[in-house]
Amino acid sequence: MNKAIKTPLYDKHVSLGGKMVEFAGFFMPVQYSGIIDEHLTVRENAGIFDLSHMGEVYVSGKGAPAALDKLVTNNVDKLKLGKALYTPICTPEGGIVDDILVYRDADEKYMLVVNATNVQKDYAWIKGHLPKGLKVEDKSLETALIAVQGPQSETVVSEALSEDLGELRYYEFRFSVLDGIPVRLSRTGYTGEDGFEVYVDGERAGEVWDVLFELTTAIGGVPVGLGARDTLRLEMKYCLYGNDIDEHTTPLEAGIGWTVKLDKGDFIGKGALVEQKGEGLKRRLSGFVMVDPGIPRHGYTIINVDEKNIGRVTSGSYSPSLRANIGLGYLDLPHDQVGTEIFVTVRDKPRLARVVETPFLKLIGGK
Amino acid sequence: MYPEDLSYSETHEWAKVEGGVATVGLTDHAQSELGDIVYLELPELGAEVKAGAEFGVVESVKAASDLYAPLSGKVVEVNDAATREPALVNRDCYGDGWLVKIQLKDSSEVENLKTAAEYKEFIGE
Repeated sequence: MNKAIKTPLYDKHVSLGGKMVEFAGFFMPVQYSGIIDEHLTVRENAGIFDLSHMGEVYVSGKGAPAALDKLVTNNVDKLKLGKALYTPICTPEGGIVDDILVYRDADEKYMLVVNATNVQKDYAWIKGHLPKGLKVEDKSLETALIAVQGPQSETVVSEALSEDLGELRYYEFRFSVLDGIPVRLSRTGYTGEDGFEVYVDGERAGEVWDVLFELTTAIGGVPVGLGARDTLRLEMKYCLYGNDIDEHTTPLEAGIGWTVKLDKGDFIGKGALVEQKGEGLKRRLSGFVMVDPGIPRHGYTIINVDEKNIGRVTSGSYSPSLRANIGLGYLDLPHDQVGTEIFVTVRDKPRLARVVETPFLKLIGGK
Repeated sequence: MYPEDLSYSETHEWAKVEGGVATVGLTDHAQSELGDIVYLELPELGAEVKAGAEFGVVESVKAASDLYAPLSGKVVEVNDAATREPALVNRDCYGDGWLVKIQLKDSSEVENLKTAAEYKEFIGE
């Protein structure tokens, strides 16, 4: 057994009273003041997160744009400098290897942000599927990531950088300096709120955290753990790798078909996805709200009124913003239609739920 | 955090026995480990419960956990305020956040439970 890794901010979390858990091989704070309080504070004000467990893989060299475009489903060779893009990486069968962010740093240089659980798998996959001439570097362990999310995040981050951020739009990034420390500042996030992600060398992460933490808490913001990160993303129906998506689900089934550009050149998984689209989907990742009491949890089965198995829950929780129990699950068509009554098997008892439109929470999501 | 006049189970319930009736709740350790409690499923009035057997469910935002009866007997009162507002268990687990009252079948069962000092040692505090 490998021992879990401490992020450069581990001591900060402990001294703030964070409840530390092991996640994807890292010691991470699952909560500080409480999931509900942290969640609502992000929705109303601002919260600061340590996401240093995420992986950063750099790809550079001659022909990188075209080569990467063959690796992922979205359009990365057309991606403009200073912009980020969300995209799945697929298997030849159309299953999802990972869902990642791609930053274009230069004409032939990209940074890929991958899920913590997948760093080693992705690195091997990327290296194995790109031409030998390209440089692939895993800088995950030396890179820290701090996010500030919430409607007041712009106030916090612009003050920290002494920069006007009005021109930095959603999914854009720039290289900047915070208190003399070089950072990558990106207007991205996983909460549905306006927000920023700050990438910094692990050795300087403590200093950057201190500045952002002080400014965040000065306006009433709080540190936020993985617990609230999960409820925040769930309300937006943002997929969580390993729960909602994996190598046995496709982007089309998961409802992220907008990230699959079937009209671009060849890419891994294209054939399978074209075929799936042509044949029509058999199941779809759908959102539902519990009518009966009980919280849907990952793995619970879903049945219809005739007690026929029609799917399974991939994510579920109490929703602090909606004060309701919500869930995601793959539902066999046509049970995915909004308004359909389904039953989630909670502790062997069928509990009524209703399929709803997603995202559960209607937010504009950034600027 | 662990009142001396209560008895504790290894499954993190507490019991306070008065005149053959035990008031039962969740310990501070349990509520703190669970985090924000958002759902409680408690036995119905009149239900027979058995020491060590499941008698309900508590769910926090992040996890579901079974509740076990610390003592055997018949449920004579259920805290509806707590089922309506489960956060009461987080706020006041030994007071307003109690769960049920059990008319005991055998008061001597309480001797199988832990004292406050023993429970503290059990959870490593």
